[in-house]
Amino acid sequence: MRSIDAREVTRQVSQMVVEANMILPGDVSSALEKALKNENNPSGREILGQLLENARLAGEMNLPLCQDTGLAVFFVEMGQECRLRGDLYQAINDGVAQGYDQGYLRKSVCDPLTRKNTGDNTPASIHLDLVPGDRLKIRFMPKGGGSENMSALAMLTPSQGLEGVKKFVLQRVAMAGPNPCPPGIIGVGIGGSFDQAPLLAKKALFRSLDDIHQDQQVRDLEAELFESVNSLGIGPMGMGGKTTCLGVKIGTAPCHIASLPVAVNIQCHAARHKEVSL
Amino acid sequence: MSREIKLNTPLQEEDVLNLRTGDKVLLSGHLYTIRDAAHKRLLQDLDQGVEAPFNMQGAVIYYAGPTPAPPGRVIGSAGPTTSSRMDVYTPRMHALGIKATIGKGRRNDEVKSALQEQKAVYLGATGGAGALLSRCITGSRVLAYEELGTEAIRELEVQDFPLLVVNDAYGGELYVTVRQ
Repeated sequence: MRSIDAREVTRQVSQMVVEANMILPGDVSSALEKALKNENNPSGREILGQLLENARLAGEMNLPLCQDTGLAVFFVEMGQECRLRGDLYQAINDGVAQGYDQGYLRKSVCDPLTRKNTGDNTPASIHLDLVPGDRLKIRFMPKGGGSENMSALAMLTPSQGLEGVKKFVLQRVAMAGPNPCPPGIIGVGIGGSFDQAPLLAKKALFRSLDDIHQDQQVRDLEAELFESVNSLGIGPMGMGGKTTCLGVKIGTAPCHIASLPVAVNIQCHAARHKEVSL
Repeated sequence: MSREIKLNTPLQEEDVLNLRTGDKVLLSGHLYTIRDAAHKRLLQDLDQGVEAPFNMQGAVIYYAGPTPAPPGRVIGSAGPTTSSRMDVYTPRMHALGIKATIGKGRRNDEVKSALQEQKAVYLGATGGAGALLSRCITGSRVLAYEELGTEAIRELEVQDFPLLVVNDAYGGELYVTVRQ
């Protein structure tokens, strides 16, 4: 059995939270560049240019891409043949506290009732999956509040079907308009239970923009929704144009014969994420 | 072709009345950062007769919570937050003398009416361009509610801060409205 020291997890996490906040992933910057080439709306083009310039400057000035350095969201896959010496949740939270302090990141976490800031951006939102193997894979996303607030869940009925799903996704994106900092990524969770659908939507946001879904039907739905969202005309930061999203990513799970849960989790254009494997 | 207008704070009524939706504004002078928690505190304090921590006549509010300043910089990343959360406070802020607010995203009808009644404007800064915008900020100091951390009221000194007029004092609206 392979063994990993919890202190190594803390060290890796403290680094990855800082890097993720300062460097825009390659798939996202390529998608923004491609959007700039295709966009005809002058105001939309200007915004896309500013976003690319901002990404360049953030790297150069060692500043976060966005002042909203997010709630720290982790998806952790732990191999069944990997043993951790220490407390995994504590190790991740210690890494978040260290990274957010030493990297001059914003502390954006507070008590939901008193609204008092916890002061170190913990606790992180940690989802743990047990998987075959002996590796520990940690995926991190700083999730901004503006786009998260525009996300929603609908408990549709079977009669509403696929058409109902499409309608709900488009309604949510249209209603959100300029607020969630478009053009971002639309994460969609279809099926599962009341609690599973939003998690599927969030997990879908971790997929690279170039990633192609294995299921043909899901792939087609992603392509169709991508076209319809970009036909809404909202454009970069709501200034108009055909770039309202950079991608639509869908996750599905079987659901109850009576239900059709659909969750839409909107991600802003600063679609930051990072992964390490120990 | 949209106009580019240079303005200095505090804003005068004629500055505001000259602006139209779609105009570009390069703003210099002082901005006051106030987000959710500080709006609530400030208005409660004013109700109790406490004096405002800055002169509200003609002042410009920036809905922002910057990242901490790394060594050698006056401020960290400092882009706008979503304005609609502040809608509930905004008509009163304009009645108190605020001439412009800066943020991102839509405002509600009450705010749009207040802009017309009080002769004020809503300006948009590019969301998620926090590093880019921080270059226009030349000074920063906490004025009130330091215990709120990033949500404290700060006075920022800005030079040619780039903005777009989203809602003018005549009912104009810049954002694309999707009808479903």
